[in-house]
Amino acid sequence: MNWKKESLRDAYGKTLVELGKERKEIVVLDADLSSSTKTALFGKAFPERFFNVGIAEQNLMSIAAGLAYSGKIPFVSTFAVFATGRAYDQVRQSICYPNLKVRIVATHAGLTVGGDGASHQMCEDLGLMRSMPNIAIFSPCDAPQTREIIKNVVDYPGPVYVRLVRQDLPTITEGQDFRVGEAQVLLDGSDVTIIATGSMVSTALQASNELKNHGISARVINIHTIKPIDIKTIVKCARETKGIVTVEEHTVSTGLGAAVAEVVSEHYPTFVKRVGVPDTFGESGEPEPLLKKYGLSVESIVRKAKSIVEVKK
Amino acid sequence: MLTDEEIKFLTEKAIVVRRHIIRMIYNAQSGHPGGSLSATDILVALYFKYLRHRPTDPGWADRDRFVLSKGHGVPALYAVLAESGYFPKEELLTLRKINSRLQGHPDARKLPGIEASTGSLGQGLSVACGMALAGKIDKKEYRVYAMIGDGESESGQIWEAAMTAHHYKLDNLTVFLDRNNLQIDGCTENIMCLEPLKNKWEAFGWHVIEINGHDYREIGKAIEESWGVKGKPTMVIAKTVKGKGVSFMENNVSFHGKPPNKEEAERAMKELGDTL
Repeated sequence: MNWKKESLRDAYGKTLVELGKERKEIVVLDADLSSSTKTALFGKAFPERFFNVGIAEQNLMSIAAGLAYSGKIPFVSTFAVFATGRAYDQVRQSICYPNLKVRIVATHAGLTVGGDGASHQMCEDLGLMRSMPNIAIFSPCDAPQTREIIKNVVDYPGPVYVRLVRQDLPTITEGQDFRVGEAQVLLDGSDVTIIATGSMVSTALQASNELKNHGISARVINIHTIKPIDIKTIVKCARETKGIVTVEEHTVSTGLGAAVAEVVSEHYPTFVKRVGVPDTFGESGEPEPLLKKYGLSVESIVRKAKSIVEVKK
Repeated sequence: MLTDEEIKFLTEKAIVVRRHIIRMIYNAQSGHPGGSLSATDILVALYFKYLRHRPTDPGWADRDRFVLSKGHGVPALYAVLAESGYFPKEELLTLRKINSRLQGHPDARKLPGIEASTGSLGQGLSVACGMALAGKIDKKEYRVYAMIGDGESESGQIWEAAMTAHHYKLDNLTVFLDRNNLQIDGCTENIMCLEPLKNKWEAFGWHVIEINGHDYREIGKAIEESWGVKGKPTMVIAKTVKGKGVSFMENNVSFHGKPPNKEEAERAMKELGDTL
């Protein structure tokens, strides 16, 4: 990992422009947040294929469906809270039910949206999207992975949800192989497995380092495809280590932690300790202190990993 | 302009379609007769006169599109699709049965001829806008037609779509508002007053035409007028009668979503000149 930080949203916007040159069927829609979601870059390059529908997220999703019925590949962006919460019914009925190739790329997911507070934070989006048939869900951990995902989802056969956070993230996956649906083993380890997604992958790597000081060997897995989830890798980790710690900037009850717990309980029961947002709304604050306040920290991961190793000694 | 002969043909076709509707909903013992019968004449005019479509090639790229936003009126759509040759008429009686392609609300992935999956009210007009927008991007000649309900117009998304269609100058879009004045809980004006609808749509920048939605001459004239409108979408407010064609269902809110029993179905079919 090099600690050069890069913006996922910038990576998204620039990749869209690159793709737009080759793929004329790509159209991009936004709901008055194009400068924040970075779809404005596409709008500048291809104004005839960019549509800002104003603050009307329900309309946004159903229009995208109409475009997809007509052979277009719409990329639809707004903040995660609006894309999944406000327009849930439209995503469900207009897009997922007819299994349309709409790509919802939501930004500002999680706690770290800045000072806007709970109204603009979204820690339930993975759960909402995970509950719906047909849709594939992605959660990149850095800018290179964002580029890979955006390129890979253009031709994905059904609807797609991509979750981006607001803040810049350290580069982790540069030059690594990326395959849809395949978890990445970032660090091998034999005592415990840390499975992380999105903004928390770098924290998981730091926690693994810290665990070495406690004599614990922690494997670190990056899950960039939340659905369909990589059952094989998760079960392998459950079998080969004493337990799993999941880490996500999302509520633990319906996100990655829940998904991993479901897989493990059906295939190879073991400890799954979840680090993530507890059952609460967030609040305004700077990203780092916010994450710390809600327990999304190296210390939490280390504590939970140690507790698993202690019990299984 | 429709000729007398065409009007005769459409009028006869509408009776056949209404018979299908009664048989289908009676057989399923579930469905929405009122709003299917009010929409019938407009659908018959579209599918048997005005739509450029190829029932044997439902995916024809240059076809006109029709989106039934008021998805509960789908028995009328199934009947005109079957009569057009999209699928066997015998299949109509599978409505709402397990393993059927004829779902309770339109499912675009199951049945050829269904352009959009609808049913959650308020969304179909936005979908139609997306299709019209695609037509503009591709510089295609096809038109997009849609039908919304009056009760459905209480949904905020209808007005989001109304703004969009005006903003993007979707003059390839013709929308019918099935103004039958009734929704599940009663009269639209008592539940949530919609009037003055004409002024509202005009204020949203649409070309608005008011017609009798059971008069083929007026339906045809409105459609042909919409073809000539440039720079804005067209809204045809079609005054209709819920349950039209079956005397005891007309303007009877209890038949919004209730199937007829055997005696009622037989009476209805008798009025439509046939037996159940």
